[in-house]
Amino acid sequence: MTSFAGWQMPLRYTSETAEHQAVRRAAGLFDLSHMGEISVSGPGAGAALDYALTGQLSPMPTGRARYTMICAEDGGVLDDLVVYRTGEQEFLVIANASNTPVVFAQLRARADGFDAAVADATGDWALIAIQGPAAASILAPLTDVDLAAMKYYAGAFGTVAGRRAWVARTGYTGEDGFEVFCAPADAAPVWDALAAAGAPAGLRPAGLAARDTLRLEAGMPLYGNELGPDVTPFEAGLGRVVKFDKPGDFVGREALAARAAAGSRRRLVGLTVQSRRVARHGYPVLEDGQQAGTVTSGAPSPTLGVPIAMAYLDADADGAADAGSDGGAGKLDLAVGIRGEAVPAHLTDLPFYRRRQ
Amino acid sequence: MSVPAELSYTPEHEWVSVEGTSALIGITEYAAQQLGDVVYVSLPAPGTAVTAGEPCGEVESVKSVSDLYSPVDGEVTEVNAELEDDPSLVNAEPYAAGWMFRVKVAEDSNGDPALPADLLSPAEYEELTKSAG
Repeated sequence: MTSFAGWQMPLRYTSETAEHQAVRRAAGLFDLSHMGEISVSGPGAGAALDYALTGQLSPMPTGRARYTMICAEDGGVLDDLVVYRTGEQEFLVIANASNTPVVFAQLRARADGFDAAVADATGDWALIAIQGPAAASILAPLTDVDLAAMKYYAGAFGTVAGRRAWVARTGYTGEDGFEVFCAPADAAPVWDALAAAGAPAGLRPAGLAARDTLRLEAGMPLYGNELGPDVTPFEAGLGRVVKFDKPGDFVGREALAARAAAGSRRRLVGLTVQSRRVARHGYPVLEDGQQAGTVTSGAPSPTLGVPIAMAYLDADADGAADAGSDGGAGKLDLAVGIRGEAVPAHLTDLPFYRRRQ
Repeated sequence: MSVPAELSYTPEHEWVSVEGTSALIGITEYAAQQLGDVVYVSLPAPGTAVTAGEPCGEVESVKSVSDLYSPVDGEVTEVNAELEDDPSLVNAEPYAAGWMFRVKVAEDSNGDPALPADLLSPAEYEELTKSAG
């Protein structure tokens, strides 16, 4: 167990590697009740979110979800979010646990003047995720929600193991899977039902350590590592979440437009380390012996069998323009400073892992 | 959690088994559990002089990297080559197949092995892990 943003969280149940592999091959069960849930409701809820966030939420149909961000006036990222439209006038904003107070305070302030109510509903919702190729077949017999008809980034109210839940096809592992939001009092029976139903298929409970290596292989950013108040969405390679073409103003628009026009001073890249030593958060990325960036996340990849990392590479690093999806992978001769030793690393396109469709 | 009675321990969570002047060294089950899945062990090459309480290698796990300390003064005579291919032995059998290295312990003026006075007994080590939570 470990303390995480005021919650007691399981870092691992048994072996984080076995938990990781279970999610890639069968399924994993995650207790994510620490995540923040903020309810935004009322006739002006969509308009309030359009103003408060980088995305355009008002046209999103009920039963759909969107990955988006909340930025400061200067364009820095305050949090990355998933927003569900659970009803015509009801949205549920999912925030990282450590950022929930900030997101709640900002949403409440930014909704001022809109016909919308903002409430911190974190205490009303437990969150259990079932992720992996067997997730749908394990969950389907326990729910009245039509999973086969549910698209990725969609959700619906129904029951799971007889308990009322919001079931969404979302996740943070790079696999197919679902997130089940239910009342805290129902969490234990829902967990037990999913664990029992999934055990024959190879489902295992999975902790924070596996969640981190899974999202890293999938190239997904983690707030506090790849994202923070000193980072813009563009630097993180997530400029697509900023909808400049939406009508009306939104918080951070001016600064974000200026920073998009000026170009990024750094870019998020993937690295494959040519060693068994692991490049970890904060280690320097070296080019020709000079620091050219910094590792944001790194771990031994259970799927690839080698250490992988994400890093911010300075825009003025020689050859940085070669990096990216146009065949640049592997062209740059970089190194990571691992406790005083320059260990060679290859630039690698993100994500490191993509599931078979 | 297992703390075998026949071994001595260090506050840095190594165990040591001394027979004559030969010391077999590894990390404790408590340490292995705290580290999580071990993915790489960097060991001192045979012939390396090691000093008690000083780092002589590294243990990488999925979540962290930790220094490995020698519990004794002496010279490395052998390392566990199995760990190169299967570092998970450290988690599976920390006191057996997951051993790390062997040291010829320095001798005192009487020709006896010169062991540090601050090695911990099993009871003392168990107390230390309990107070660490």
